[in-house]
Amino acid sequence: MIEKAALDLLYGFQIAFEPHNFMWSVFGVVAGNLVGVLPGLGALAAISILLPITYTMSPVAAILMLAGIFYGSMYGGAIGAILLNLPVHSPHAVTCLDGYPLTLKGRGGAALGIAMMASFVAASVGILVMVFFSPVLAEIAFKFGPTEVFSIMLLGLLAGSTMSKGSAVKGVAMTLIGLLLGIVGTDVSTGDLRFTFGLIPLDDGVDLVAMVMGLFGVAEFLRSVNHMTAIGGGLKMRFRDLIPTKEELKRSFWPMLRGTSVGTFFGVLPGTGPTVASFVAYAVERKVTKKPETFGHGAIEGVAAPEAASHSKTQVDFIPTMTLGIPGDAVMELMLGALLIQGIQPGPQLITAHPDIFWGLIASFWVGNLLLVVLNVPLIGLWVKLLRVPYKYLYPSALFFIAVGCYSTQNSLFQVGEVLVFGIVGAVFAYLEFSAAPILLGYVLGPMVEENFRRALLISHGNLSVFIDRPISASFLAASILLILAQVIAFAVRKRRSGQAATTGQESPCT
Amino acid sequence: MKKREINKDYYGGALMILIGLGATFEGASYHLGTLIRTGPGFFPTAIGILLVVTGAIIAIEGINRANVITAEARAQAEWRGWLCILGGIVAFIVLGKYTGLLPATFAVVFISALGDNQNTVKAAALLASAMCVIAIVVFWWMLQLQFPLLTWGQS
Repeated sequence: MIEKAALDLLYGFQIAFEPHNFMWSVFGVVAGNLVGVLPGLGALAAISILLPITYTMSPVAAILMLAGIFYGSMYGGAIGAILLNLPVHSPHAVTCLDGYPLTLKGRGGAALGIAMMASFVAASVGILVMVFFSPVLAEIAFKFGPTEVFSIMLLGLLAGSTMSKGSAVKGVAMTLIGLLLGIVGTDVSTGDLRFTFGLIPLDDGVDLVAMVMGLFGVAEFLRSVNHMTAIGGGLKMRFRDLIPTKEELKRSFWPMLRGTSVGTFFGVLPGTGPTVASFVAYAVERKVTKKPETFGHGAIEGVAAPEAASHSKTQVDFIPTMTLGIPGDAVMELMLGALLIQGIQPGPQLITAHPDIFWGLIASFWVGNLLLVVLNVPLIGLWVKLLRVPYKYLYPSALFFIAVGCYSTQNSLFQVGEVLVFGIVGAVFAYLEFSAAPILLGYVLGPMVEENFRRALLISHGNLSVFIDRPISASFLAASILLILAQVIAFAVRKRRSGQAATTGQESPCT
Repeated sequence: MKKREINKDYYGGALMILIGLGATFEGASYHLGTLIRTGPGFFPTAIGILLVVTGAIIAIEGINRANVITAEARAQAEWRGWLCILGGIVAFIVLGKYTGLLPATFAVVFISALGDNQNTVKAAALLASAMCVIAIVVFWWMLQLQFPLLTWGQS
């Protein structure tokens, strides 16, 4: 079987290297990368803008180009996340947590290098897993019903929310806010409108890009205006500062591998999306590390692990997207849409009916990822120069890109209004020392959690014990409870210590 | 500047409780359903209640915390910067709706740039003009954005 897979892969490479296909693949990667770097324009915007070009192309070239755009813009998005604190694609919200502090310290170039390496390594592993283990993975995926998906999502939500900066309870609160934001719009099961307050554009829910740009972009501008001269802090940057040091490489090695395994694990579960994978990878890293206090202040591990996780997840995610027709996130939905436009029905028969597309796509992943590395190594210097642009010019320009970028996702100015609202909300939360990243996690997972919860109860006829009766689900729930207990114990210990410190502090002046 | 002692955890907790209460009442007004067939109101109500509980914990956690947050440099009021940034976005929406992409672009960059104390009117105007060029070349011409460059009245 492995031999067959290798042969198929070889066939795929032949397809991917056909001059016509290769050209479109290169075009996609370059275009995606350039669009992705612009703040406010992520993979979603890049693909939707360039989708019309594919109507007249051959199916193989079209899907290769779209995949190229997807990678290019994902990587471009990482640049925005690390250098400007603007995560357009939600998995990057975690990368920001440590990527941006690294930039403020003048190590932005190194963070970009590590992010690039992590994505490449993870994507390669993801591809290998995809090629050689897809039948096994499909079998595991079938074991996951709504009950199991709900339980693992719950675990993901808890792990993700307790990992953020500052207090764990605040992280949980932000996740809950995100869940509420995810509810806004039309209820999938009944069609009822919820939390729309009579605003018709809200029927489709809160716009993800507008929310992210407001919470991270505008909120950051509001906090930094007149307090920052240049993001690099006027640090002199030499070329060798752009290359990760040996120590940084060593520190990111294991996080990279751990991130990859987390991503691959989540890749098996259809419909989970890369966001939860990257949040969980970050949480794992924070638990494993000996220096958890460095996280959130520029720990290179905090860049390597989530980037690796989201990329390996994305790779493996192509399996359910292509063979089951279950997209992991909005970007995958667009890819599915592109396939349908070309008259290709995604589903179990796709591999046999259109081997050229399936294997060509897989091979092109590699080609695309390699191209990205080649393209971006010389460009890192250029991106980092961006940081030398004085802040007084940078933020007005970025604001324009954000406004236009958000407009472009739906061709509606309502989205720009959402940016405004979320900007104010984000600034208030930041002032009150809440970290905004978990909001995204809640927002992305919320609809899935609710749907699977309702479905599981429907199947079990309203019997809540179904979540404990099924072994896989029960073990995830047990892990969630352990996580909460660990937090409570840690809190109690802290309380005791600080209580003691306070009393001794009061007594000492008397003696 | 006077150093005020405020406990951000109280405000944060209170804010969460408020949002949670709002969500609970709004959610309860939808159909709650039964456990077999949970209605659209079930999930929002549950989250609202959880948020109220979490908000309370945040506030309680803040009691013993010697939370004397002296006004750090970043938290200082920057009314000019704030109003200009927010005003710039509002201008983009209004001008974008009635006059098209070009005036909107100029407005958002120009107004928000004035929020920085060191930017002169001339520098802001130059920056805004440069962005207008980008708007034309990148978004209107290359990316074919569906946004008229110049129009009059509601489009």
